[in-house]
Amino acid sequence: MIDRVSDRDTGEPVKRDPNVAPEDMVLWLLGKVYDGFNRILEILYYLIRGIYRWLSLLRESPVAIIGLTLIGFWVAVAIFAPWLTSYDPNAQDFNALADPTPGGVHFLGTDHLGRDIWSRLIWGARTVLWVAPTAVAIAYFFGCLMGMLAGYYGGWVDTLVSRISDIILSFPVLILYIILISTVGPSPLNIIVAVTLASSPGIGRIVRGMVLDLRGLEYVDAAKIRGETPFYIMVVELLPNARGPLIVDGCVRMGYTIITIGVLGFLGLGLPPPDPDWGGMVKDTTAMIVVWPHMAVLPSIAISSLVIGFNLMADGLREISMRD
Amino acid sequence: MSDDSPVLEIENLGISYFVRAGEIPAVPDFSLTLHRGESFGLVGESGCGKSTVAMAIMRYLGGNGAIVRGRIVLEGQDMAELSEEELRRIRGSKIAMVYQEPMSALNPALTIGRQLTEVPISHEGVSEAEAFDRAVQVLSDVNMPDPESVMRRYPHQISGGQQQRVVIGMAFLSNPSLMLLDEPTTALDVNVEATVIDLIANLRKKYNTTLIYISHNLGLIVKVCDRVGVMYSGEMAEEGTISEVFKDTKHPYTYGLFDCIPSLDADKSARALTPIPGQVSLPHERPPGCAFGPRCRYFEAGRCDSERIEIEDVPGGDSHRVRCVRWGEIDHRHAEVEVEPEDRRRRVPAEVLRIENMDKFYEVRDRSMAAMLSGKSVRYVKANEEVSFNARRGRTVALVGESGCGKSTFAKVLTGLETATKGAIKFNYENIAAIPVDRREPELIAAMQMVFQNPDGTLNPSHSVGGAIGRAIKKFGLAHRRRDVNKRVAELLELVRMPPEFATRKPRQLSGGQKQRIAVARAFAGNPAMVIADEPVSALDVSVQAAVINLLMDVQKEYNTTLLFISHDLSVVRYLSDTIVVMYLGQIMEAGPAAAIFDPPYHPYTEALLSAIPIPDPDIKQKRVRLEGEIPSVINPPKGCRFSTRCPRKIGSICDDVQPPEVEAVPGHRIKCHIPLDELRAVEPIFQKAVEAAE
Repeated sequence: MIDRVSDRDTGEPVKRDPNVAPEDMVLWLLGKVYDGFNRILEILYYLIRGIYRWLSLLRESPVAIIGLTLIGFWVAVAIFAPWLTSYDPNAQDFNALADPTPGGVHFLGTDHLGRDIWSRLIWGARTVLWVAPTAVAIAYFFGCLMGMLAGYYGGWVDTLVSRISDIILSFPVLILYIILISTVGPSPLNIIVAVTLASSPGIGRIVRGMVLDLRGLEYVDAAKIRGETPFYIMVVELLPNARGPLIVDGCVRMGYTIITIGVLGFLGLGLPPPDPDWGGMVKDTTAMIVVWPHMAVLPSIAISSLVIGFNLMADGLREISMRD
Repeated sequence: MSDDSPVLEIENLGISYFVRAGEIPAVPDFSLTLHRGESFGLVGESGCGKSTVAMAIMRYLGGNGAIVRGRIVLEGQDMAELSEEELRRIRGSKIAMVYQEPMSALNPALTIGRQLTEVPISHEGVSEAEAFDRAVQVLSDVNMPDPESVMRRYPHQISGGQQQRVVIGMAFLSNPSLMLLDEPTTALDVNVEATVIDLIANLRKKYNTTLIYISHNLGLIVKVCDRVGVMYSGEMAEEGTISEVFKDTKHPYTYGLFDCIPSLDADKSARALTPIPGQVSLPHERPPGCAFGPRCRYFEAGRCDSERIEIEDVPGGDSHRVRCVRWGEIDHRHAEVEVEPEDRRRRVPAEVLRIENMDKFYEVRDRSMAAMLSGKSVRYVKANEEVSFNARRGRTVALVGESGCGKSTFAKVLTGLETATKGAIKFNYENIAAIPVDRREPELIAAMQMVFQNPDGTLNPSHSVGGAIGRAIKKFGLAHRRRDVNKRVAELLELVRMPPEFATRKPRQLSGGQKQRIAVARAFAGNPAMVIADEPVSALDVSVQAAVINLLMDVQKEYNTTLLFISHDLSVVRYLSDTIVVMYLGQIMEAGPAAAIFDPPYHPYTEALLSAIPIPDPDIKQKRVRLEGEIPSVINPPKGCRFSTRCPRKIGSICDDVQPPEVEAVPGHRIKCHIPLDELRAVEPIFQKAVEAAE
């Protein structure tokens, strides 16, 4: 019975057979559920295996390990923030204002308003670590789309996409950010929009170049001769082979994005106060830098360590990819 | 051969590469002595250490290679004792090297003159004027037309064949005592290859240079060399004079190489190709005893795999030596493989493909002012013009011609990547000339598939073997459920003689031949009526070539598929095809049954192609027909006969002005030429056995 029902998914047009008993339908449905479950397990297996392989590759590059450790530190701290501090990042401890330097009850000291710096750093890490990857991911989505369309189709599509990219790229990025955010107001969403707008043309260029290189290869012709759609060819045949440079570029771009978020915070265009934001923390305390340097230096170190982490990671990945 | 001291002496040379995994002994033991004016050919599959030896002679092994044993003595000078500075002086003056890729041997940023004059100026300190004269002299030695203007050009302004001639000229410029040529013609077309080979043979006589010629092509070795060494896994398997090694072959590996090459007097029904099984073993996994043991038909356990086998002299030979314990016992000539007689039924099979006056033109827009004023802003590249032929079920049609003749464009039109400009392509009696691939029915797509040339590009490096074949199966609607797809993938892998475990492998884990097998499996996934193979074996080693050709023919027979085989290698084409179509500049010059093409009457172009085939048999005398000049541009082809600008048998202005008619020599054998048929018939055949010629 099961066999007969299963014949349905050989792809031939399914004709509803009125004579099929309802039990068969249930069995058929159960079969589908079972297949789907299998599929999910399989995807999970490949995902875990993929991550494991990447990690075992990384083992060979000390630079990448240092980078990964730095990133891992901040990710861990951000995830476990509520358990790593007993202070509310926005709560003011007026007793500490007499001596805000590190040590004592406040592990890294407090800022000029008596707020615990450690607590603000780790809560601030949360913001950076969700805004930056989201922004980069969205920028990659649009960048890949633009690059693939331009590279694959060429002709007027390429001209149109490339000219639009050129216009955006020719604009000073910082001014672009300032104009954008000062018009629509500071918020994580607006930062993401701004980063997407500024980064996707650059990503698009890389992808376009890679696609131009790859699309002349014979497996692309083979796919066309097999009757594949352009979408399939772009996403399944071409994009995976561009992943090497894109992953490296992604890491570098994460670093830049973190700097951007810091800069925007420093210019007062970051998150609305009083929520902790590394760039904002530096800005608020620069006036105090002569007396209490730690207030500005500590968040600066936070920013640069995370950026360095991503850059080292990119270097390591590049090194590994060269070796392979 | 003079009797003075040898030019080059290599004694028990051992070369190793040092990598993270440890020492890799690429060449364990290699000896060679060469006298002045001698020409030595080095053959073997890739990975046998031929190039490593050449690099070691130059003492240029890179950062991780080193000579661990033995010595190389050049004109009495031990190369190991030389300092970097002395080496630099020797390279380019005493030793010169010619590589495979001319484009990467020449600096694209400098003029040819600058690069040529550099050699005598830096090595001999001559004046610029003298260097110029010598460079011009050497350019005319290599038959460059108008050498003085070539001196002022940049490498990209001349063709690939000319570039290689410049490189060869550069090598002869300093009159080196030893010249190393590493596959110097592999990247060139057959006709160009033939002229370059002639050139090398002439120049070496003129300059009395000692040559080491590295090639995988035994036919070329015959033309250039006096002695030949067959290398296997870093060791000399057999060496001797050409006639000793070619006519009195002793080593099973040498037999193996010969059996891989199709001979011109036999097609698939007369003699089967026998590929050498397996692959060259990796240097660090060399088996004990004979390195060729695991792949040898005459392997005898206990004798061949016990101890190291030394090279020994063959009695009665001049310099014939062989490294095999059983050479005296093996009688290979009587061990010919039986061919099952082909079942040729009387009935002519049905027609699968019929091309009728098919044209494929590309538009080229010239946006210059002059073009606009003259009203000729749109011009056409005539990639295919009036192409007509047909193909029958289960038969093989070969499409032959030099690069740029429109073979690949034709394949694109057939598969629907491009559409024809005019004419009809009837596939199973349905005209598909104007249907691009994205509007073709899945059944049609499945019925016509393609195998590509480059094994490295044909499979997507991100997809597993099973994924690549499985996708084709799903796309052709043969199976959709995973279990069914996997079953079919396993079947197809079995069809191409690969174990089913290969389904999970990625292309980078496969060798070139294996990748090509997977490509064959993928093309046959949908049980196609027709498969187009675009130079499927030209990037492979000879032994692998034979295996892939055999496989292709077996699969073709099993599926009764029509094969369109695109190639420039006429000996392969002779072997496997039933019909041959010769193309030149987009037009069919000659078409007919395979045997008819190889005998007079010939089209003059076919004659030149046939005379350019390198034949690995010193007994066969080949008439010498060489083409002058370059292939004209397809944008601006000659008005009359396309071949008129290079034709050695041109009869007059009619060739330049009037398109020749197509005449039928015998029914089914068409020749497009102005020369009367009787005159073409009277031409002496290209190939003659030396014995017959002497009579």
